[in-house]
Amino acid sequence: MFATFKRLFRNWAFRRSVESGTLVLNQRRIYIVPSRQGFGFALVLLMMLLGDINYNLSLGYVLTFLLATMAGLTMLYAFRNLAQLEIHAGYVEPVFAGEQAHFVFHFNNPGTLPRYQIHLHDDDGHHTVFDLPAQRSTPIELTIPATRRGWMDSGRLTLYTHFPLGLFYAWTYIHFEVRCLVYPKPAAPQPLPASSAQDGIGKVLAAGDEDFSGLRNYVAGDAMPRIAWKALAREQGLQVKQFTSQQGRELWLDWSQLPNIAQERKLELLARWVLDADAQGLMYGLRLPDGEVAPQNNPAQRTECLRRLALFGLEEA
Amino acid sequence: MKLTAPLVYGLIACILLVSAPHADHLPLWASAVGAALLAWRTYLTASGNPLPARWLLLIITFGSVLAIAISFHTLFGREAGVTLLILLAALKLMELRALRDATVLVYLSCFIIITNFFYSQSIPTALFMLFTLLVIMATWVHLQTGTLALKPRLRIAAILLLQAIPLALVLFVLFPRVQGPLWGMPQDAYATSGLSDTMSPGSMSKLSLSDAVAFRVTFNDQVPRRDQLYWRGPVLWDFDGTTWTRGRNATVQRPTLSDTGSPVDYTVTLEPHNKRWLFALDMPSKLSIAADFAPDFQLLSKEPVNARIRYNATSQLSYRANPLEAPLQLRRALTLPRGFNPQTRQLAAEWRARGIGDDELIRTALANFSQNNFSYTLEPPPLGINSVDDFLFTTRQGFCEHYASSFVFLMRAAGIPARVVTGYQGGEYNDLGGYYILRQSDAHAWTEVWLQDRGWVRIDPTAAISPARIQSGLRAALPNDTALPFLIRTQSPLLLKLRFNFDALTNQWNQWVLGYNSERQFAFLTRLGMEDVSWQNMALDMLAGVALLTGIFTLLLLRRMLPKQADAVQTAWLKLCRKLAKVGLPRAPHEGAMDYAKRVAIARPELQQAMHDLATCYVALRYGRANEKQDVAAFKDAVRAFKL
Repeated sequence: MFATFKRLFRNWAFRRSVESGTLVLNQRRIYIVPSRQGFGFALVLLMMLLGDINYNLSLGYVLTFLLATMAGLTMLYAFRNLAQLEIHAGYVEPVFAGEQAHFVFHFNNPGTLPRYQIHLHDDDGHHTVFDLPAQRSTPIELTIPATRRGWMDSGRLTLYTHFPLGLFYAWTYIHFEVRCLVYPKPAAPQPLPASSAQDGIGKVLAAGDEDFSGLRNYVAGDAMPRIAWKALAREQGLQVKQFTSQQGRELWLDWSQLPNIAQERKLELLARWVLDADAQGLMYGLRLPDGEVAPQNNPAQRTECLRRLALFGLEEA
Repeated sequence: MKLTAPLVYGLIACILLVSAPHADHLPLWASAVGAALLAWRTYLTASGNPLPARWLLLIITFGSVLAIAISFHTLFGREAGVTLLILLAALKLMELRALRDATVLVYLSCFIIITNFFYSQSIPTALFMLFTLLVIMATWVHLQTGTLALKPRLRIAAILLLQAIPLALVLFVLFPRVQGPLWGMPQDAYATSGLSDTMSPGSMSKLSLSDAVAFRVTFNDQVPRRDQLYWRGPVLWDFDGTTWTRGRNATVQRPTLSDTGSPVDYTVTLEPHNKRWLFALDMPSKLSIAADFAPDFQLLSKEPVNARIRYNATSQLSYRANPLEAPLQLRRALTLPRGFNPQTRQLAAEWRARGIGDDELIRTALANFSQNNFSYTLEPPPLGINSVDDFLFTTRQGFCEHYASSFVFLMRAAGIPARVVTGYQGGEYNDLGGYYILRQSDAHAWTEVWLQDRGWVRIDPTAAISPARIQSGLRAALPNDTALPFLIRTQSPLLLKLRFNFDALTNQWNQWVLGYNSERQFAFLTRLGMEDVSWQNMALDMLAGVALLTGIFTLLLLRRMLPKQADAVQTAWLKLCRKLAKVGLPRAPHEGAMDYAKRVAIARPELQQAMHDLATCYVALRYGRANEKQDVAAFKDAVRAFKL
């Protein structure tokens, strides 16, 4: 109940729109409150001050005031540790569900002052700590596990520091318009589907005569020129050279041909096949209820197919 | 953040630094246990061995607490508390497991620093405090930054400390002082050294070995002769055969001085000694602070002097003191313990039997000292049960307490009322500060006899045997090989000068830093021109001062965060870009100067020529070789002249 109220309050008090482009941390963005340690130290200072007054220790006053002013100044230090940093979000590589998404942010420290011990974390506690050297831009990676396919938002991130003494907690919220594309988690390895002759378009593994693809045992009736005489000379028995034709081998990964399993399982299976087909260098296409991708074999094809699978049935934001 | 070895070493250094000054007053076993724990921890860190088991630490903790309870008979009070705190800090080091433990240790070491001020608040202590603070801060920063190297850490800590000093100064001057104590404090809260209200053989000579300052005196006009500088302290009446004590005065009447002359005015700054008496020259007649005038001319403050105090006093150097002494008091001044020192009694009776007057008898007694091979020494042989007999007839070697004690005994035995007066004699002039320093080594005991019509007359039997003691101080009076404190022994003019410099500095420190109480604060702020010195105004001024300084620091601190100032050419160019941005033609971050000029020219054809010239000039100055001063100036002028 209290936690809910606190969250609601925080969302209201620190509401900010999503950022795009470069964000500069100015005084309106940085909040500072004493940390628990800070309150503890204040208590120690109070005890010291009472001791000074009671025992009339002049040097004790000096020490107490020195510690108090140092503690106070660290508030300025904490602010300074974050202020004027320039942040922009970097490109995020797509990942498969179940893997870690690496959100990259470029932190530019334009001043001559190095920044120390800056923490970046999301609301679920995924966390990274870093220092920023002066007058340099440093890419910082925050890894968050990708659990579901689709677009993954980094969410509102908290950037905070306890530097230099841990007495103050200075923080800011950053929420960039940055998304990570999460592909469906590939299913366990399964053989690629056989060609379906019925539709007349997709023929799988049609034998051709262009590319040598391996040897097989001689069957009566095989053409003489295809016999592998060199293999026979090595006393490996009578074998026949096999050739395949790429042209005729178009593999359609078809949603409608899949057995009746849950939608997500279907997507996982298709993702697996896309990877396998891509790895085997097959010409493959993808046919989904909401459209199809013509057969090809290149990295762009793989990316496009996986993207379609990742976003299938989801509203593209 | 993990507890790395360098961090642990840092924490060990903190605890070592804050507890080291306590080593000379902690019990030996406590220092040994503390040192052993620190050494053990250092070894464990260096060798990478695991920390000791919890049960072992529990046993050590329990043992330490028990040992403290046994050796101090309490767990509270200053000494026991400090010992407990230090041992617990060292034990905490042995069970350092999380970052939180390290933070607790840092806080604890800050707190232990303050306990050292019960014992010493001198300038060296203050400097040592700053050094300790620097180490603690560097360790503290380490806690937060982890991997940062020692040098940048020390830099951060040192800068933080330097920035805190002016702010702390403002707080120190303006923080409203409250006259303590807020609550009752343990009796042993103050260090005591100095005269006590008893005197037995050896008590004065022991005190003479200390060069601690008892008080400082500034004479307002003329300075008395050295042999008149008898600073009166406790007056001792009662003798039990070995020890003189103050006893109880038989009257409460304020003593009277008549036929006074040669008044002297002076100011005494008295170090705290935790006893009630104040020191003044023989015989005090006026005092600026509230105090009792005891019937034997002792000045007693209302409370034990447990903070440094200053007072003005007027003394009369020639006087007749209490010529009408109460008979009961005179009877006290004749009382001798029964059965002790028969030889001395006999000697006094013999002198009396000669039928000589009191004056003559006193002269005889003094002549007895000066003519019979008596010597003045810090290391007299021990005396038996009849201490006065042993001294007068056998050993004949003694310090001032021996002479005073035996003289008073002789006088009483001869029927002349007499008493012992303790205090300080002489003083050392510091011409830099223009004041006299009285050290514990100037402690002295002399006597007073009561004569008809003349009242109490000061007789110093030490002067009879060692006139040099009175004329030139202890050093001159003792043989050269006597073990005296360094400060008293030294005669090198350079060292002497250094010592006076340092004492003058110490005196200022005492007055302005250590003695800065509510009265001083009031006086100082009034002198600074503050009209209505109330705690509200002080608090307001304090806040204003802190706010002002914080503002200045903020500007200084935040300046370094901004991008570094570009050179003159670029500054001018950026200014031009800003001008154009105002009219809706901002330069894109990726855009070069010439491209920008072309784009501006398309949008605003009338600017084409000017923009082209400026961009060409900028490119030449920034990327070309031409970088003459007048070219840069011309470019700046052109930018300034550029109007839209």
